[in-house]
Amino acid sequence: MSDFTQAVLAARRRGGRSGRPASPMQRREARWGYAFISPWIIGFVLFWAVPIAASLVFSTLDFQLTDPDATAFAGGSNWERALSDPDTWSSLAATFRFTVLFLPLSLIVALGLALLLNSKYLKFTGLFRLLFFMPSMIPLVAGILIWQQVLNPQTGWVNELIGLTGADATGSDGIRWLDNPVLVLFAFSFIGLWGIGNSMIVNLAGLQGIPTELYEAAQIDGAGWWRRLRAITLPLLSPILFYNLVIGSVLVLQYFVVPWVLFGASGRPDGASRFLLVHFYQEAFVFGNMGYGAALAWLIFIVVAVLTGLLFGTARYWVHYGTERS
Amino acid sequence: MTAQTDHSDAALRRRRRNLLLTACTTLGALLLAAVFLMPLGYGAVTALKDKDGVSDPNGSLLPVSALTFEYEGETLDVYAVPMPGGGERELALVEPGRESSTFVDPDAPGEGTIAWEGRWRTLEPVTGLAPQWGNFAEAWETIDFLRLMGWTLMYALTTMLFTVVSSAVVAYGFARFRFPGRGILFGLLMATILLPPAVTLVPKYAVFLQMGWIGTYLPLIVPQLFANAFNVFLLRQYFMTIPKELEEAARIDGAGPIRTFVRVIIPQAFPALTAVSLFHFFYAWNDFFEPLLYLAGNRDIVPIGVGLSYFSGVYNTEPHLILAAAILALALPVAIFLVAQRVFVRGIVVTGVDK
Repeated sequence: MSDFTQAVLAARRRGGRSGRPASPMQRREARWGYAFISPWIIGFVLFWAVPIAASLVFSTLDFQLTDPDATAFAGGSNWERALSDPDTWSSLAATFRFTVLFLPLSLIVALGLALLLNSKYLKFTGLFRLLFFMPSMIPLVAGILIWQQVLNPQTGWVNELIGLTGADATGSDGIRWLDNPVLVLFAFSFIGLWGIGNSMIVNLAGLQGIPTELYEAAQIDGAGWWRRLRAITLPLLSPILFYNLVIGSVLVLQYFVVPWVLFGASGRPDGASRFLLVHFYQEAFVFGNMGYGAALAWLIFIVVAVLTGLLFGTARYWVHYGTERS
Repeated sequence: MTAQTDHSDAALRRRRRNLLLTACTTLGALLLAAVFLMPLGYGAVTALKDKDGVSDPNGSLLPVSALTFEYEGETLDVYAVPMPGGGERELALVEPGRESSTFVDPDAPGEGTIAWEGRWRTLEPVTGLAPQWGNFAEAWETIDFLRLMGWTLMYALTTMLFTVVSSAVVAYGFARFRFPGRGILFGLLMATILLPPAVTLVPKYAVFLQMGWIGTYLPLIVPQLFANAFNVFLLRQYFMTIPKELEEAARIDGAGPIRTFVRVIIPQAFPALTAVSLFHFFYAWNDFFEPLLYLAGNRDIVPIGVGLSYFSGVYNTEPHLILAAAILALALPVAIFLVAQRVFVRGIVVTGVDK
């Protein structure tokens, strides 16, 4: 499994074939191959490679969208500013705080739901799969607006539900989910969990791919549920968990739509919603500081690259690729 | 003999235990699903309330409003009136007075008015289920739903066509041809899934601005002509499962690679192409960041996600309308998903697992 990871790793390994001279037929085949993939190559150059390089150049310019003619070389000043701007550090901190909460939470919930759907004790599996997946189909902005209302301290059902347990959650002193810098991270997480469908389905498919004989053998050996989960399920599922972890962390580091729709660039409450991408968007496209924005974009690029690099580095210690594929 | 009864005893016990576990698991799942989907229920119910019903913290869960009764050209409020002889009647207040008032029975207005001794202000108004279907019509009008839909569909369908065609072509190249650098190029393609798009935005925006494309759909549509990593990956995986013999037969008949691709591969790959089309449709319907950025300020042509966010910013004192609009926006995607969920789920499995 995971050509995804293998392809990325293979790109580093660079699998060179021996330098046998190509026959005319091979050369013909290669030409056709390049022809077919040429749209992507052109797109990659135009929309990835050149813009990434250009961003680096832009980050050395003093380039205001409002006054492009005054563009001048600015050396490292954008970078200095990016690293000394308290907003950069606080947005980095806000992003990491949310990542630390939401990433484990989403991975655990996606795994938990998949285990539930895969349980032999569950009836109506198809219906439940549909129900748990459905919120992922709701357009994000619509979902955000629904959650915004359901988290209303006075009239929302979340507080009413908590109130049912006897806690004092409703009324004029209701829990103010969207006004508290810690609680708002939970609000973001609730909205995020609505989009968990894909990783849940991927986990479920992975679980269904684990041979049942393994469980039967373990059961005969007297292994309990927890033991089977630790010794069989998690190792065999680790490539899929890794995939979800990588994709999830890349996405959560670039969280934008939820904080933006709820709070715009205001950062309310108390800077908690001013994530890296919100900071970048505001500087580059609201204020029009393209040079400074490019430096921030590169900073985001570096943060994401370092983090995914670290994740790939840890992979060999806990991701088991088994023997299904060489 | 005893061994056999022991055996059947154990079997019975195991059956009972399984039954219990099944009941608990299924019930637990039901509870979990109810909590998980609760906001949807809230949204649906609240979208049907009137403005007062939404903001009343002690209000009913369901969309209710005070009952009224038309009597002799006047709209009267209905109260629950305790009768002197015991019991309670729902009566419409005709003539309020300090210590005594006159009422009329809405069920039998012909019988004339009823005098009642007591303070009418202490009476409870009677409420009844009154879903405000008009909220949807109002939201529809206010956000100009047809226009939003039109632009969203235009965007989703055009880019769907572009990305499916270009991704299929590229995927075929990666699936069936050997050429130097294929592994590295494919790795690079997959790496673009992880690259943060932000790092490309500033120069792209600057160039699109130079070209006069900002405020139009061109920056959103044109890049879709150049394939997309997720789609290429999914289609490549599928193409590799198509037996090579089919292509070889076509080749023997004298078909070149393009003809083989169009005549043999495309018809065979129909399920995968449908999945990719669906994925893209949902992606485009959801897309927020890029339309926000590239359509900059051109409010007349924004797709539904951006349109909704503008609407909620302006109408934040009218939650029932916001929720009605949100439900309008989610109706079509959810309906499509319910119809096509099989294809959809299979596609997710390919991108996440079949790797």
